[in-house]
Amino acid sequence: MKEPEPENFGAFSRRKFFKSLGTVAATAATAQVQSVAAELEKANAEQVVGPGAVAVTLKVNGEKLKLALEPRVTLLDALRNYSSLTGAKEGCDRATCGACTVLLGDAPVYACQKLAIESQGVEITTVEGLAKNKKLTKVQQAFLDKDALMCGYCTPGFLMSVTALLKINPRPNAADVKRACAGNICRCGTHPRILQAALKAAGVETASKTEVVNYV
Amino acid sequence: MSSWPTETKYISHSTPRIDAPAKLTGKARYSSDIQADGWLYGMILRSKWPSAKILSVNLEKARQIPGIKAAVTVKDFPQTIRYYGEEIAAVAGATKAACLDALRVIEIKAEVRHEFVVNEDEARKDNSAQVWDGTTNASAPRVHEQGSVDTAFPECAAVIEGFYTTPVQLHHAMETSGSTTSWTDEGLTSWASTQGISSVRDGLAGALQLDHSKVRVITEYMGGGFGAKFGAGVEGVLAAKLSKEAKAPVRLMLTRFDQALAVGNRPSSFQKIKMGATADGTLHAFEAENYGTAGIGAGGDAGGGGGGADIPMPYLYKVPNTRVKQSMVAVNAGSARAFRAPGNPPASFGMESAMDDLAVKLGMDPLEFRLKNDPNPIRQREYKMGAEKFDWKQKYQKPGSSPGVLKTGIGCAAAAWPAGGASKSTQGEARINPDGGIEFRLGVQDIGTGTRTVIAVVAAEMLGLKPEQITVRVGDTNFPPGPGSGGSTTCASISPTVYDVCTQALRQLQTQSGLADARGENWFAACKKLGVNPLVVHGQWQPGLSDSHACGVQFAEVEVDTETGLVTVKKILGVHDCGLIINKITLESQINGGIIMGMGYALYEERVMDDLSGVVLNPNFETYKLPGIADVPEIEVVLINMPERGVIGIGEPSTVPTAGAIANAVANAIGARVSSLPITPAKILAALGKVPPFVNA
Repeated sequence: MKEPEPENFGAFSRRKFFKSLGTVAATAATAQVQSVAAELEKANAEQVVGPGAVAVTLKVNGEKLKLALEPRVTLLDALRNYSSLTGAKEGCDRATCGACTVLLGDAPVYACQKLAIESQGVEITTVEGLAKNKKLTKVQQAFLDKDALMCGYCTPGFLMSVTALLKINPRPNAADVKRACAGNICRCGTHPRILQAALKAAGVETASKTEVVNYV
Repeated sequence: MSSWPTETKYISHSTPRIDAPAKLTGKARYSSDIQADGWLYGMILRSKWPSAKILSVNLEKARQIPGIKAAVTVKDFPQTIRYYGEEIAAVAGATKAACLDALRVIEIKAEVRHEFVVNEDEARKDNSAQVWDGTTNASAPRVHEQGSVDTAFPECAAVIEGFYTTPVQLHHAMETSGSTTSWTDEGLTSWASTQGISSVRDGLAGALQLDHSKVRVITEYMGGGFGAKFGAGVEGVLAAKLSKEAKAPVRLMLTRFDQALAVGNRPSSFQKIKMGATADGTLHAFEAENYGTAGIGAGGDAGGGGGGADIPMPYLYKVPNTRVKQSMVAVNAGSARAFRAPGNPPASFGMESAMDDLAVKLGMDPLEFRLKNDPNPIRQREYKMGAEKFDWKQKYQKPGSSPGVLKTGIGCAAAAWPAGGASKSTQGEARINPDGGIEFRLGVQDIGTGTRTVIAVVAAEMLGLKPEQITVRVGDTNFPPGPGSGGSTTCASISPTVYDVCTQALRQLQTQSGLADARGENWFAACKKLGVNPLVVHGQWQPGLSDSHACGVQFAEVEVDTETGLVTVKKILGVHDCGLIINKITLESQINGGIIMGMGYALYEERVMDDLSGVVLNPNFETYKLPGIADVPEIEVVLINMPERGVIGIGEPSTVPTAGAIANAVANAIGARVSSLPITPAKILAALGKVPPFVNA
C-alpha cells in the first residue's frame, strides 16, 4: 500500500529528508559530524532551505507579514522579535508555560514549539488580533470584569486558550475550562478568576464568594 | 490630622483594573517586549561547574560569529565560581541564534574544583567542602532565650517534639529577570523587569560608576517579581556593558533555566521543635533549633538581594519560656533573595504543625488551642468568624477518623506581618490641564497588584471624578520617588501620597479659580480658569492614613487518597484584615494569589539539587510544579473592614498561613503528620507506613 505523502514544507519534505539520510548513513559511521552535514547538504542541495535567511510569509491577524528568517526561527521568535507583535509572551521557550499560546486556524498552539517556516499558509491569531475596532471580545471583557489578570504576563496565553475553547464549545462547564487551560501557567494566582471569566464569556455568571465584615 | 472620607463612591468598592485593556489586547509593553531602535539580543554564559577558578576567558571566536556586536566578561580573572550558573561572560548580537552560537565558542581556562556541597546537612559537617574559603559553611548559632526552658518543660502536662522542614522555593515570575538597556554618551536608560525602579537605578549607577542623574529606569509593565526583582542584578550590569560596547540597546532577558539557578529563592528551613503546654492548654515552653540555606548568600556575597535563612520563632504565639537557636548554612547554589513574606511561610508551617501536634496530644480541638494562646485580638475575631463560616465545629473530627480510602480533613493556621507599613518618603505629582484632564506621576511600579488602579481610585474619590478620568503614569525614575513593590508597603505608601496630592491640588485650584469647591461637577469650570498653563502640584506621604501589622487566618479542607497518596485541596477560606479597603476586586485577587502560591509551597514546589554536578535538576515548569487551574480549590475570602486603621498592604500575609493550614488538614485526614514540605504522595504513603520512610537528603 502506498504511504500517504507527508505535508510539504516548501521544497522540502519529511520523506525526502529520510531518503537522503539513507544515502549518508554509511558515511556517518566513520566520518566526522561536519562531513555528514556536508553530505546532507549535497544530497539535498535542491530541497534544503537555509541555514541562511529565507523568505517567509505569515498570515497574522488577517494581515500578511513578510519576513526573512533562518529556518530555525520559531513562530514565537518571529512574532516577538522580527515584527512588533509582542503580545504572545515568552515564559519558558520549551512548551511548559503557555504564555506564547496563539491560534493556528482555530487551534491553540504554543508558538515556541512551531517553526515560523512551518506556520505559513495558516491563519494565525495573536492576542493583538482579538479585539476588532477597539471593542474587546466577550472573553477579553469577561477577563476585565472578573479581574482575571494580575501582572498580565500569562494573560494573552489564557485568553487564547479560552477563546479557542469557546469556538468549539460555546457552553463549556468548569471542567471543560480547566482542561482547556491545563497548558497555561499563572504565578500570580489568577486561576479562580480565569475560570469565572471563561464561564462568564459563555454566559454563566458566578457570584463572588467574598464577604466584607466590619470589625467594630 | 488627615482622615479618609467615610462616605465613598470608589474607595472600598470595586473598580476594574485600569490597565486591563492594555494587558488584554497585547498593547502593554513589558520589559521583555521593548524594541528600542537597533536593539540586539544579549545572552549570558554561565558556569557549568559549581566550584572553580576561572583563569581566563577568550571571547575572540564569539566576536567572529556573524551578527555578534559585543562580548564582555563579568569580572577580571581569576574569577572564583561558587555555584553552577554563576555568570562568566555575555554576548550581544543581532539574533538569538547568533548569540547561542557565540556562547558555544567562548573558550574558558579553568581550574575545576571537585569539592563542593549543595546539601544542607552535608554542608554542616566538619569535613565538608567550604563554600567560602576559610569559613565554615554553618554560621555560629544565634541564641535567643527568655524565661527558663529547662525548668519549664518538667512543668508541662504534654510535650511534643518534631522536625519540620521546608524546601528551597523558586520565585519563578512568569516574566524572567532582565532588561533592555541602552548606554550612550548622554546616559543610561534601562527598561528593567523590576519591582524597584529606584533600587535598580542606584544599583546600576553604583556598579557602573555613573552619576545617578545619568541613569533612568523605566518599568511600564512587568511580569511579576515576588521579591526577586529589586536589584540591578548581574544581568542588568552586563546588559549595560554590552550596550556600551555594541553602541546599541541590548535586550538581555534570562532563560527559565537561568532563572532557577541565579536570581533568588526562598531559603530552606530545618526546624527541630520541642514544645510543651500545661494541662489547661497554655503554651509553657518552646525550644527550637533551626538551620537553612540561603545558597552562597549565607556566606559572603549576597549576589544582588541576599536575605538570611532565620525565621521568626515561636512565630506569633506567646510562650513564656523559650530558647531558639538559629544558623545559616552556605551551599554551592544561587543566593536567596526576599520572597513574599520572607521567613514567615516556613515559620508558620513549622509552628502551626507543632501547634496541631500538641493539641492532639492534649486532646484539645486545635482551634480552641489557638484561641487560648494567640494574643492578637484581631486574629481571635478572625478565627471565630472563620470557624463559623467554615462550619469548623461540625466538620472537625479526631485525626484519622475519616472512613474509607479517600479521607477528608480540616486544618487552620494564622499569619502575622509585623513588617509592612509605608515608605514615608513617597512623593507624587499631578498635572492638571485647563481642559480638566489630570495626570498623576509616581515613581512606583505596578508589579501586578493593581497599583495604577489604586492611584486612580483614590484620586477619583478625592476629586469627585471617575477613575477613568484619571490618567496614571508610573514606572519611571524621572517621576517623584516612590517605594519598591515589597514588604506589602505599596498601597499604604501611595494612597496617602495621592490623598495629599489631591488635597494640594484642590486648595490651589480653588485659590486660582475662586471657586469654593473645585470637586466633582465644578472640576471642569475650575480647571478652565487656569488659563493656558497646566497646574502642577506635588504631594507626599502623610501620617494618619495608613498602618501596618495586617493579620489573617486560613482554613483548609483536603481529601487524601490513601492508596495513591494524592492530596486534593477542596476548599480554602481566608479571613484577612488590611485596614481600609481601597479596591475590593484587586484586593480579592491578591488574596487568591497568596493562597494559591501557598498551596504550591504546601504540595508541589521544591528546588532539587544534584549532588554530583551541582545543577538545579528541576529548573523548568515540567519538573518544578506550580499549581495549575485544575488544582485550585474553591476559595472563599472574608475581608475584615477596619477603616479606622487606614490603608494596610495585603500581599504578604495572604500567602503565609496556607501551607500550615493544608499540612494540618492532611494530618487531620490521615492521622499522621507529614512534617516535610512539599507534601508529596510519596511522603503521604510513608507517613501511612505503606512505603519506607521518607529520608530528607
